[in-house]
Formats: sequence, structure tokens, C-alpha cells
Amino acid sequence: MIDSTQSFRFFNRGPSPAVRLVFFTMLSLLLLFIDARYRYLESTRSALSVLISPIQQLATLPGALWQKTGDFFITQSAQRSLANENEMMRRQHQFDAAQLLQMQAMQLENQQLRNLADLPQRNKFTAQLAEIVYAERDVFRRKVLINKGANADVLIGQVVMDEIGIIGQITRVYPLLSEVTMITEKDHAVPVQVLRNGLRTILFGAGDTSHLLLRYMPVSADVQEGDLLVTSGIDGIYPPGIPVAKVIKIERDPAYPFARVFCLPLAGVDKHRHLLVLSSQPKLPERPAESSAPGTFKRPMNRSRN
Amino acid sequence: MAFTATQSKPEIQRPVSNLFIALSIITALFMNGLPWEGIWLMLRPDFVALALLYWCMHKPWRIGIGLSWAVGIFADVADASLFGQHALAYSVLAFGGVVLHRRLQMFDLRQQTTQVFGIFVLTYAAYALVHWQVNGYVVWLYFMGCITSTLLWTPMSIMFQAMRQVGSDSERRHRERRP
Repeated sequence: MIDSTQSFRFFNRGPSPAVRLVFFTMLSLLLLFIDARYRYLESTRSALSVLISPIQQLATLPGALWQKTGDFFITQSAQRSLANENEMMRRQHQFDAAQLLQMQAMQLENQQLRNLADLPQRNKFTAQLAEIVYAERDVFRRKVLINKGANADVLIGQVVMDEIGIIGQITRVYPLLSEVTMITEKDHAVPVQVLRNGLRTILFGAGDTSHLLLRYMPVSADVQEGDLLVTSGIDGIYPPGIPVAKVIKIERDPAYPFARVFCLPLAGVDKHRHLLVLSSQPKLPERPAESSAPGTFKRPMNRSRN
Repeated sequence: MAFTATQSKPEIQRPVSNLFIALSIITALFMNGLPWEGIWLMLRPDFVALALLYWCMHKPWRIGIGLSWAVGIFADVADASLFGQHALAYSVLAFGGVVLHRRLQMFDLRQQTTQVFGIFVLTYAAYALVHWQVNGYVVWLYFMGCITSTLLWTPMSIMFQAMRQVGSDSERRHRERRP
């Protein structure tokens, strides 16, 4: 007798859809857990990325073609504007060159002064040029992929900037590409300093390209609208003194312990195609253990706790 | 009204080559990979989900939950999302397609669209849920994508139907020409 609760099957087609769904859901959840917690799967990911990269490369073609066409018509028809642009660039170059000379002199002077005062020399950093291949197609996140990967010795944690300021940080390296997380990514933190008075703090992304936030600023903190924020270089990841953002709005509400400080990223976070990848900074000496010297070592107030 | 576009009477099922299915999914991955930005990224229909759902509905014994899951893993790599995020969403999608395939095939395209909308909402919700669990926030505009995906369902079904006809016609002619 056939059990009436069980439907009779003429063809054996393996487990039912519900069983399959449960199985693959479990598998997905397991992978999610491993990937989110432990990041064990990076090698698998880079192997699969090689398989899928032809499709991705192909997908960038229409955009590239569009740009090439645009460039062609600019060179063909708008001769005047191109000549103008050239002229402007030349003037800018002369101006910059003069400033660069001045800066070199100042750098030398700084070096000598640091020598005299027995301070460690500032580290020089080198940079390599990279091009954005595509922007991440994940609605929730601010990431771009650039065309330098493990083949060009790009490492995780290197800093990416354009000619104006910091763009973000390398978060994943594939064989031929690497992934840059923007400073505007939600909860991405950059240690910064107010250029005007040297106040140290931490700048957080807000998940929106148009603004960044300074969290945990006391209401009385000396921050003004228009202040320039530069990297402080305290963490040993970001080289010091690179512009990051500008303060645009401050809300001081005495009802809250902290002021809300809105900043605007300086670099064209979603504009440029060419970026600079800075070489990583040399390792700082190990931070002493917390418990070893209670009271003698006062933590900076705005240190982030991650 | 013998051959209107919204015709739902099961015609004689024509064979579909595996190559055609594979190409359609690769094309969908390609379309997802185009440089969408800003509001267009929010409005972008999920072409891979569309293609997978179509095949799950029409060929449930060839494209099922397992293959959808595998395609999802590739989508995860392409989008640099967490491993299993797209895979989970596409498994849910395939489950919806496979379970409802008999009912959906009885419907005409307009009725199908409303059903398909439900499946897409579930799929997008699965994806957003994972994101919410891991990162703690959700961009609600993201759900715009399931509306545009649903709107594309009818044109895509008609297109695939036509392409399947053309493909099988030329195949048959090819076979007849051979002695």
C-alpha cells in the first residue's frame, strides 16, 4: 500500500526542492559565517575571480568605448578648448614646479631640524599609479576595483589617494586587481588631525559619498567650519599630513555629550579614474600592553575602539 | 488569437540546448557587470536572477536550486559580496521558481508577473537580511531593483521564447538537410 500522505512518484528525481533548499541554505549560511568571521576563503575567491574576470573585463568595454568616442570628438572638434586646457595645464605646471622647489628646500630644512632635535626622520613613501577598472556593483558599499593587484606587489592596507587627498584603502588583493574601500564607506575610520590646531581625532565614513562624520567630539572641542583635516599618521598606516576632508557643518546640542561634526571629503571619491597607491609604511614598534603601566600612559581621548 | 505574445497554452516543448542556457546566464552576468552607478545602480534589475528564474520555471529539471546556488557563488565573487550572499538569495529564488513552475506555466504573462514579483521580493529580502545581519543597516532603495526586475519579466520571457523558437527552427532545418 502506498502511504496516502506521500505523493506517488513515477520518476526518481532526487531529493525534493524543499530538501535541496534547506541543504543549500545551510551551505550558504556556513560559507557566510566562515567568510564574515574568519576570512578563510580569500584564496578560493581569487581563484574564482580569475574564471569570472573575462566577463568583467568585457563588461567594462562599452564604458571604455564611450569614453574613447568622447575623446575622439574632443580632439576633432573642440581644438580650441583642448589648446586652452593645454595652456592652463602648462601654467599650473610652472606654478607647481615653483612650489615644489620651495617644498624641497623646506623638506631639507625640516630634515636638518629633526636631526638636531633627535627626532626620527619622516618616512618617505613611493606611489604607483593605478586606474579604476570598475566601481563595485553592490548597492550597499563604496568600493572600486583598480587594475593593480598582486602582480604589482599591492598589499592589503595600502593607502590610495588622488592628487587632492585620501580616497581609501586596499582591502582585498586579487591576482590582477585589487579592491579599494572608500573612506566614505560606513564605519571606515581614518585617524586625522585638525590642521589649524593639531587636534587629534578620528574620521568615520557615513555610507554616503557626500559626507563624513567626526564622532565623539566634545561639545567644547575647538573645531570650526572650514577646518582642514589631514591624516595624523598615528596609526602607522596612513602617512602623516595628507589632506582628507573639510569641516562643513557643526551641530552643538548641549543635550548630547558630543557635537555632530559633518565633513566633506576633499578627494574626488567618486570622480577620478586614475589613483595613486602609496607604498605601505614601515611597522611601528609594538604598542605596550595595557595593564603594564596603568595611569602612566594616558590613552588619547578619541581613540576608536574596534 | 492563435499566437499572441501572452499565449500561455503549453505549446509543444522545444528542446533547449545547454549552451543556450549557459550563454543566457553568462550574458546576464555581463549585464550585471556593466558600469551602473548612483541611482541607476539602485534601479538596476538583477539580470542573473531574471535568467535563473526563467530557466527554473521552464526547465526545472535542468536548472534547479543547486546550479542557481553555484551561479550565486560566481555572482558573489563578481560583486565582492560575502561568499554565500547571492548564493543564498538565488537558492531562494530557484526554490520559488521550481515549486511554482506548474502554476506559473498555466498563467499568462500578466498573471506570471504578479507571482514573479513575490519571488523577487523574497530574493532581495534574503540578500538584504544577510547584509543587515552582518553590517547592521539596510538601504531601502535597494528594493527598487525588484520592481524593475519584475517589469523586465514580460519582455524577457517573450524574447527568450522567440529565441528558443528561432534556435530550434534552425536546428531542425539543419537536421533535415543532413541525409
